[in-house]
Amino acid sequence: MTQQNRLTSGGRIDRSTPLTFTYNGKQYKGFKGDTLASAMLANGIDVVARSFKYSRPRGIVACGAEEPNAVLQLGATEATQVPNVRATQQELFDGLVSASTNGWPSVDTDVMGMIGKMGGNMMPPGFYYKTFMFPESLWDTYESMIRKAAGIGRAPKEKDPDTYDAINQHCDVMIVGAGPAGLAAALTAARGGARVIIADEQNEFGGSLLNSTEQLDGKPATEWVRAVVEELSTYDDVLLLPRSTVNGYHDHNFLTIHERRTDHLADIAPVNTVRQRMHRVRAKWVVLATGAHERPLVYANNDVPGCMITGAVSAYINRYGVVPGNELVVMTTNDYGYQAALDWADAGRKVVAIVDTREAAVGDRTEAARQRGLNIISGSAVIEVQGTKRVTGVSVAGLSASGAKVIGSVTKLKADTVATSGGWSPVIHLSCHTGSRPVWSDSVVGFLPGPTVQKQLTAGGINGQYETAVALQEGLDAGQKALAEVGLAVADVVLPEAKTLKVAAPMSLFHIPHLKPTSQAPKQFVDYQTDVTAAGIEIACREGFEAIEHVKRYTAMGFGTDQGKLGNINGMAVAAKALNKTIPETGTTVFRPNYTPIAFGAIIGRNAGALFEPERYTAMHKWHVEQGAMFEDVGQWKRPWYYPQKGESMQQSLNRECMAVRNAVGILDASTLGKIDVQGKDAREFLGRVYSNAWAKLAIGKCRYGLMCGEDGMVFDDGVTACLGENHFVMTTTTGGAAHVYEWLEIYHQTEWPELEVYFNTVTDHWSTATITGPNSRKLLEELTDFDVSNDNFRYMDWKQITVAGVPARVFRISFTGELSFEINVQANYGMAVWEKLIEAGAKYGLTPYGTETMHVLRAEKGFIIAGQDTDGSVHPYDLGMGWCVSNQKPFSYIGKRGMNRSDCTRANRKQLVGLKTKDPKQVIPEGSAAVLDPNGPKPLEIQGHISSSYWSETLGHSIAMGFIKGGLDKMGETVYYPLGDGTVIEAEICSPIFFDPKGERQNV
Amino acid sequence: MQKYSGFGLFKHSLTHHENWQRVWRNPTPKKKYDVIIIGGGGHGLATAYYLAKEHGITNVAVLEKGHLGGGNACRNTTIVRSNYLWDESAALYEHSMQLWEGLAQELNYNVMFSQRGVYHTCHTLQDMRSNERLVAANRLQGIDNEMVDAEQLQKEIPSLDCSKNARYPIMGASVQRRAGNARHDAVAWGYARAADALGVDLIQSCEVIDMEISDGKITGVKTKQYGVLKADRVGCVVAGNSGVLAKMAGFELPVESHPLQALVSEPIKPFLDTVVMSNHVHGYMSQSDKGDLVIGAGIDGWVGYGQRGSYGIIEHTIQAIVEMFPCTSRVRMNRQWGGIVDACPDASPIISETPIKNLFFNCGWGTGGFKGTPGSGNLFAHTLADGKPHPIAEPFSIQRFHTGALIDEHGAAGVAH
Ligand SMILES: Cc1cc2nc3c(=O)[nH]c(=O)nc-3n(C[C@H](O)[C@H](O)[C@H](O)COP(=O)(O)OP(=O)(O)OC[C@H]3O[C@@H](n4cnc5c(N)ncnc54)[C@H](O)[C@@H]3O)c2cc1C
Repeated sequence: MTQQNRLTSGGRIDRSTPLTFTYNGKQYKGFKGDTLASAMLANGIDVVARSFKYSRPRGIVACGAEEPNAVLQLGATEATQVPNVRATQQELFDGLVSASTNGWPSVDTDVMGMIGKMGGNMMPPGFYYKTFMFPESLWDTYESMIRKAAGIGRAPKEKDPDTYDAINQHCDVMIVGAGPAGLAAALTAARGGARVIIADEQNEFGGSLLNSTEQLDGKPATEWVRAVVEELSTYDDVLLLPRSTVNGYHDHNFLTIHERRTDHLADIAPVNTVRQRMHRVRAKWVVLATGAHERPLVYANNDVPGCMITGAVSAYINRYGVVPGNELVVMTTNDYGYQAALDWADAGRKVVAIVDTREAAVGDRTEAARQRGLNIISGSAVIEVQGTKRVTGVSVAGLSASGAKVIGSVTKLKADTVATSGGWSPVIHLSCHTGSRPVWSDSVVGFLPGPTVQKQLTAGGINGQYETAVALQEGLDAGQKALAEVGLAVADVVLPEAKTLKVAAPMSLFHIPHLKPTSQAPKQFVDYQTDVTAAGIEIACREGFEAIEHVKRYTAMGFGTDQGKLGNINGMAVAAKALNKTIPETGTTVFRPNYTPIAFGAIIGRNAGALFEPERYTAMHKWHVEQGAMFEDVGQWKRPWYYPQKGESMQQSLNRECMAVRNAVGILDASTLGKIDVQGKDAREFLGRVYSNAWAKLAIGKCRYGLMCGEDGMVFDDGVTACLGENHFVMTTTTGGAAHVYEWLEIYHQTEWPELEVYFNTVTDHWSTATITGPNSRKLLEELTDFDVSNDNFRYMDWKQITVAGVPARVFRISFTGELSFEINVQANYGMAVWEKLIEAGAKYGLTPYGTETMHVLRAEKGFIIAGQDTDGSVHPYDLGMGWCVSNQKPFSYIGKRGMNRSDCTRANRKQLVGLKTKDPKQVIPEGSAAVLDPNGPKPLEIQGHISSSYWSETLGHSIAMGFIKGGLDKMGETVYYPLGDGTVIEAEICSPIFFDPKGERQNV
Repeated sequence: MQKYSGFGLFKHSLTHHENWQRVWRNPTPKKKYDVIIIGGGGHGLATAYYLAKEHGITNVAVLEKGHLGGGNACRNTTIVRSNYLWDESAALYEHSMQLWEGLAQELNYNVMFSQRGVYHTCHTLQDMRSNERLVAANRLQGIDNEMVDAEQLQKEIPSLDCSKNARYPIMGASVQRRAGNARHDAVAWGYARAADALGVDLIQSCEVIDMEISDGKITGVKTKQYGVLKADRVGCVVAGNSGVLAKMAGFELPVESHPLQALVSEPIKPFLDTVVMSNHVHGYMSQSDKGDLVIGAGIDGWVGYGQRGSYGIIEHTIQAIVEMFPCTSRVRMNRQWGGIVDACPDASPIISETPIKNLFFNCGWGTGGFKGTPGSGNLFAHTLADGKPHPIAEPFSIQRFHTGALIDEHGAAGVAH
């Protein structure tokens, strides 16, 4: 078959560039400039889908974003599959592979269709709420059957080979839609010197002018379009974005544009190009020139392939040179519908009849049809269509004046195409995104954009203005208004002359009556994709679903991938009729982003794969990798977890690392700890307010540990802060908590205490930190510095500015292991050099690198907490046995003081941090285990607390654990039990959490 | 109440479905009720139903400013689970879970409670510790929850990236197999229909604009459409608007209202037959019976009543989803929306007496109250009937913010859901 519906001339396709594509495994030909839909129609493909619920054959209805049926699977390879592509919006390219998505064994001969026919009556809206309930035990089975039928297209099974990106844009005027109104607005704004972005979802600019034979200045309108686009392209500050859908309009004139850069070229983006791009636009003014969508009429069997909207018929003929059938019947409530018949006749095919629901309408288009001798049947309607996989004929009958009833006899006409027009619905979606409620207009017979707080203008079809001359003028006015608003002078623009045609008043009619009541008539579809019928909406109303949102949700109207662009207003009209209300009384519709669907990949841009959350490395990372370290994710950092040596198990590595620290010296890369530089004359005061302990007396050159609590008094971070100068401190935070602490400080400063003069700066990346710890650490440091680091000159909790390995360093004598320790901070650039010097010099002292796991074991032996592990947002300093870290003497309060002094926080029997020693010293209690007093007691057992940290201690030769026990600090020596998942129970004794060197002598040597 | 069944459907199909009864009446409000419930969301409707059914109090009105179930009840991502950490919350959510099981039969309305399991993936050692703790606690609380390792997880959820190549490789997961999803609209409608059948007046398009209070006692409410309606007791269940209603009553709540967003993809063929959530990568997803991937986003950091959230949140959420499910990159997002959630500082709800006598509040469910709907209604009905809280609800008193007996579920509540 070779494009039997293709005209030999005309249209915007390039007949010299034929393209091959496949649909359901069969090859077809089309031309450059085709959409997949136009090419399918050219080839006489009628059935493009099976409907979701009733499995009825469906054909192409529309030609743009409003198409509900032609939703196909695209992709030549597994990795490039794209589900649910609207054929009307997919440009044809050579080698395009497409397939329909439902129907078994095929869309053409579908078995489910039989079931749909037979069982359809059993599936009124909401039927699933009324059944599948008995017996209860079978619901799982019912459900899995329902779920198997889910979906339209399918996800690929392989990773996306394409890349995407995003750009932030700013402009004076953002124009949405490049039809006559949008182009006039853009031309005006551009000439006036504004920074302009104009986007249109189609492959070329021109909007409705591309689909018609209209003339401007006596020449084809598309010539004017070409001239305007040419001029716009010459301005540096004008960005033209074809193939770009403005899919969301957010508060403060923030819009997102989805640009498809390569989907028209091939399955996969050419090398070094991004497939799609999001533009995130902040616009001073927005001009919505989004036009209107035609509404089909609702009549019996209106879903049989061959039923279309009139505008689409014209577009296929004029733009693509495709006549989608041979014998056309038009049914219309307005003058514009006549255009399809005129175009059809011009294409040399047979117009069977124009059925006008109005009694006597006289406009320029109706008269043109009359003069052409077309058969016009007034005051009538197509009440039913015959055919299953293609229209074979229609039944026409007279209508009562209101259109509510069929009167007179029924005539049958032979036809294969029915084009209907129930009027046009302005495309108000974007204006609704920002929360603006649309307003019904009786004269337009549609909703118009409502009042808005956005700096938004509208022009053309969106205002219900469908004549080109008016659209052009409104576009120009919007452009001038925008210029004035952004402070630019009026632009000099002369509009082309458009012929204004006389238009008779449209009839407000949506739902065509049938001889039978709606409930008994053949199905009259309102929303094709979700299979919602007029009868279904009536049932919903009858059952009491009266709010329009209820109607929509109960029937699923508008929940398809077209979001009800064709059907919603018709559905509201049917509901209004059923409820005996007007449409505005029934309610308004709410549209939400996206205007049309967007690939997840496009929304996330580059933030995928390796750039999802870039890994953070310390300056010594390479060294760790070379040593074969295993890594742990902490925050965004990769931290060495432990350094296995050949043949070692993890536990063996830990044992070796721990013993090296206790007996010789270990080295830890501590660079990842958050570091915040705090300066200002009130820095000290500020520290006193955000930490629970006192800071007034911390002298220059000294360090102090602090606990940070939330307003509720519960600990959320900790760390050591050093006093660098009277008004200068450097604060350390946990690795994972750094960002949060920084925000916390800023929030408190900016919102609560702006009167304090204090400045914060995150300096984590500026420094590299090597912690050397263990009895030999001083000897090692001495090798690399001339400074006297003896205990007399460099005391515990001092810090010194000295030179280490020839590099200026801040050395803190603080300890997280309980051993003599020095934390050597150098500028990050020197980090690796100093580290390597330490490693080299340390060899003779048994220097051993250790990772986070050993750090955890060593600190647990000392009973030091890890914020986030031994705290969970429910423990205050006293619960942790760290009352020593709270000062209630401070003149100004501190965050958390009030919280931790509430009655429940000071009561007895709170969960408190204790040590736990297992009865069997070899047993390590799994972290997270819950404690009970009597494992054999009556169920449910009362949970006494949980294990927060638990390890094997090689130093001590037994397991150690830290955990919470109700009233634990007063229960030393008592026994608790940990019942495990496998049924076993571990017995443990409550003890001090300080297992090693309880007097803390080793760090002071 | 007309009984629903498969046979009924068949019978009605013979008469072209012309004889279905109304699901609920459209009554004109009476001047006085025993109990007025403000807010016709899931929680308010469930409260009304249990008041009538379990306490025999049927002179009840539910006042809803819009349409029934039009707030968060129809905007949420429908995750239902009970594996919370603290005994108090575990008891509350498990109470609810047990009501979910059998709810369709009880209401004679298929709420499509689908116990397809809910997984919490663990990506760090701390994730593992937190989930192991949760599992251990749940075991003692009698709530099912178990750990699975990454290998097992990959078998159970083929589309999830459990490989070592992930940015934060999955180390394991906890899974509550009794957990899952339900059909949100059906829950609101099912309760509404059943409550109406027991005599409760459901008054839609009826906005409460003030409270009638004298001597520290509430006597009724003032509505925009019907003037003053009297009541012996008033229960306020207005989710995101709780602060506004509390202000009418002259007190403040420790609640902040934030926008919370969700989104769906276009319907695709079966891809995920369970619910996966990750606190660490920060996203969660399930697939609806229609085929949409249902994805939860985070809350906006700021407060507001706009029912619209920020685009940046959507970007972050989808990043997380594609990171976890790389094959979704070419799947397309259809729609996003937002609701206003009432967040408490400790991520646990308030079911409580208030400073005003006979006025009770049920709020603060924040990002996770859909799962609580049956339990919340059941316990709040008890509170309204008895004038004092049910033992399970007692710890959720507003007083806890004074005493400090907080029930901090940030860990278990984690990613917004
Ligand atoms: C995007 C999103 C995802 C979520 N996901 C989940 C999830 O997966 N799992 C989960 O458990 N929870 C989830 N939640 C939370 C859950 O939706 C809510 O906690 C729960 O629905 C709140 O209870 P409700 O149904 O009664 O609230 P609503 O439905 O919001 O009911 C409150 C009602 O009060 C009415 N009202 C307000 N003011 C007045 C007035 N002055 N007069 C009269 N009526 C008034 C409102 O119109 C509204 O109908 C989610 C929420 C959102 C927004």
